[in-house]
Amino acid sequence: MSGARPVDRVEGTAIPLRGDDIDTDRIIPARFLKAITFGGLGEHVFADDRRTMPGHPFADPRYSGASILLVNENFGSGSSREHAPQALARWGIGACVGQSFSEIFLANATTIGLPCLTAAPSDVESLLKTVEDEPTTPIVVSVRDLSLAARGLAVRLRLPPAVRDAFLTGQWDATGLLLRRFEDVRRVASRLPYVAGF
Amino acid sequence: MGQTLLRKVWDLHTVRTLPTGQTQLFIGLHMIHEVTSPQAFDMLRRRGVGVAFPDRTYATVDHIVPTLDQGRPFADDLAERMMAALERNCDEFGIRLAGLDSDRQGIVHVIGPELGLTQPGMTMACGDSHTSTHGAFGAVAFGIGTSQVRDVLASQCLATAPLKVRRISVSGKLGPGVYAKDVILEIIARLGVRGGIGYAYEYGGEAVERMTMEERMTICNMSVEGGARIGYVNPDETTFEYLRGRAFAPEGDAFERAAAWWRSMASDRDAAYDDLVEIDGSEVEPRVTWGINPGQSVGVSEPVPDPAASRTPADAEAIGEALDFMGFAAGAPLRGTRVDVAFLGSCTNGRLSDLREAARVLRGSRVAPHVRALAVPGSTRVRRAAEAEGLDETFRSAGFEWRGAGCSMCLAMNPDRLNGREVCASSSNRNFKGRQGSPTGRTLLMSPAMVAAAAVAGEVADVRTML
Repeated sequence: MSGARPVDRVEGTAIPLRGDDIDTDRIIPARFLKAITFGGLGEHVFADDRRTMPGHPFADPRYSGASILLVNENFGSGSSREHAPQALARWGIGACVGQSFSEIFLANATTIGLPCLTAAPSDVESLLKTVEDEPTTPIVVSVRDLSLAARGLAVRLRLPPAVRDAFLTGQWDATGLLLRRFEDVRRVASRLPYVAGF
Repeated sequence: MGQTLLRKVWDLHTVRTLPTGQTQLFIGLHMIHEVTSPQAFDMLRRRGVGVAFPDRTYATVDHIVPTLDQGRPFADDLAERMMAALERNCDEFGIRLAGLDSDRQGIVHVIGPELGLTQPGMTMACGDSHTSTHGAFGAVAFGIGTSQVRDVLASQCLATAPLKVRRISVSGKLGPGVYAKDVILEIIARLGVRGGIGYAYEYGGEAVERMTMEERMTICNMSVEGGARIGYVNPDETTFEYLRGRAFAPEGDAFERAAAWWRSMASDRDAAYDDLVEIDGSEVEPRVTWGINPGQSVGVSEPVPDPAASRTPADAEAIGEALDFMGFAAGAPLRGTRVDVAFLGSCTNGRLSDLREAARVLRGSRVAPHVRALAVPGSTRVRRAAEAEGLDETFRSAGFEWRGAGCSMCLAMNPDRLNGREVCASSSNRNFKGRQGSPTGRTLLMSPAMVAAAAVAGEVADVRTML
């Protein structure tokens, strides 16, 4: 049940996606949610933005194969669709680094083993510039050390300690944890007046 | 020091603190629908795990439902497969399903309250961000993703981090033609679309206390558009009277005992808050969004902003991008903007009182010839209640199409959608790029009465001049 894959570090090139409040409808438009599996979502990531916004990074061959997504503020706002982080992960993203993430997106990403780490705005800006200038820049995101290394650049990353531990131990998948002491769940249920009966 | 409702509900539902530092929270009611649940059931099957509390789970179908021809199989094969998967999963795991053949069917956030499933002091979860709606009853209701749907199905629990509480107090009395929708758009415009990250929003004050349950639902529904995953109103007599007699509400003496407990769960008078915000309700105007997120709105008499006047380069860029997409000039008036489509409906504003307010504006008028207008009730019961009082006739004779219940053009997962760069006056909750089904389609969020006014005028109009 538990014992998912530990996430210790993510290496590769990065894709710089500028802009605040990039919502989940843009990450994966609703028409691609008409499916009963998550399969195939990767190819539709940012489907409309890629077509309507010239030079969109996800349409730019220089960034194909990137595994680290760089973003600004409140990335993933809007709908609770897990299809958004699923689509990014299936496109090849293994970690997101940005100024801030929307709450439900962050919970969904964490639950599927996609770490979203935050960094100071000035550091995010330097990273975006570095990658825009040289898309092949090799980058290492260390979940263990909460650091990012890109050529000469060393950036401090933030992740709540418990979330970091969950990634390192492979306990980011909560189902096993939640089922571990099920008698406690029954005990709490039985003390709720609306469950026990008024 | 007293406690907030959030804290009381949280403590009562806490199973334990997980090694991850999160709280394991028992979920009193789990609502599911066809879009975010099929993968969760597959994960359960792969792990050989069942549904822990099928009797605390309730399913319906809303997102993909066609609102014109609801005969099975659906014309859209993908929609049909999603519907069939939900039926199969509910059957296999013993979960109640309000399907299209049931008069209980409708948008999850409309039917939960309508059936009395949603109750004060509960924890709730649903694979949809607008689950915040149920907070109108003093429930703590989480919008979750599919893997968390799996977790709740498997364990009836959610692993989640505690939240701070911001009390938003709306004083005074709303003016004529000003609605709950305008209040929440004003709140989001002031606090921003990320202002609520890490917070639950508690709404109170004279204006909120005076609101009906349906108005409170509109406010709580859009909490998530302000970045707050949870919004709630403390339960009071209005809440209890709404619940009395509902299908799943307690009956007789049990109802009185329930009401006493519900009352005890409200925030204490001396509760401490992490933040306090005050808004003068009497100053709120009918509002309209001009941009590509729900924080980008102005009063109908105000011009759209000018990026040159913004405080930071990032703000200027965001405003510029939105104006470019919308095709609006900086500083131009919003009133008079031509609209192509009028959409009445959604979990924000698809309830009976919303349809009544729109109908009040439409009575004796006709939709402008160039406007395509749709009225989509939020549930089958709302549709029937509206028909019983003749609202369907008002809509039809004004030139609106009268449809079956579902999410419809709020997110365009069914055949109802914008074409090309159409501009839609919409009573829904999101004006994101592409939200209404066309990548270049444009959405103007407003109250149902303002949608009706725009439909008749053929352009953005001030409903206060038409009442």
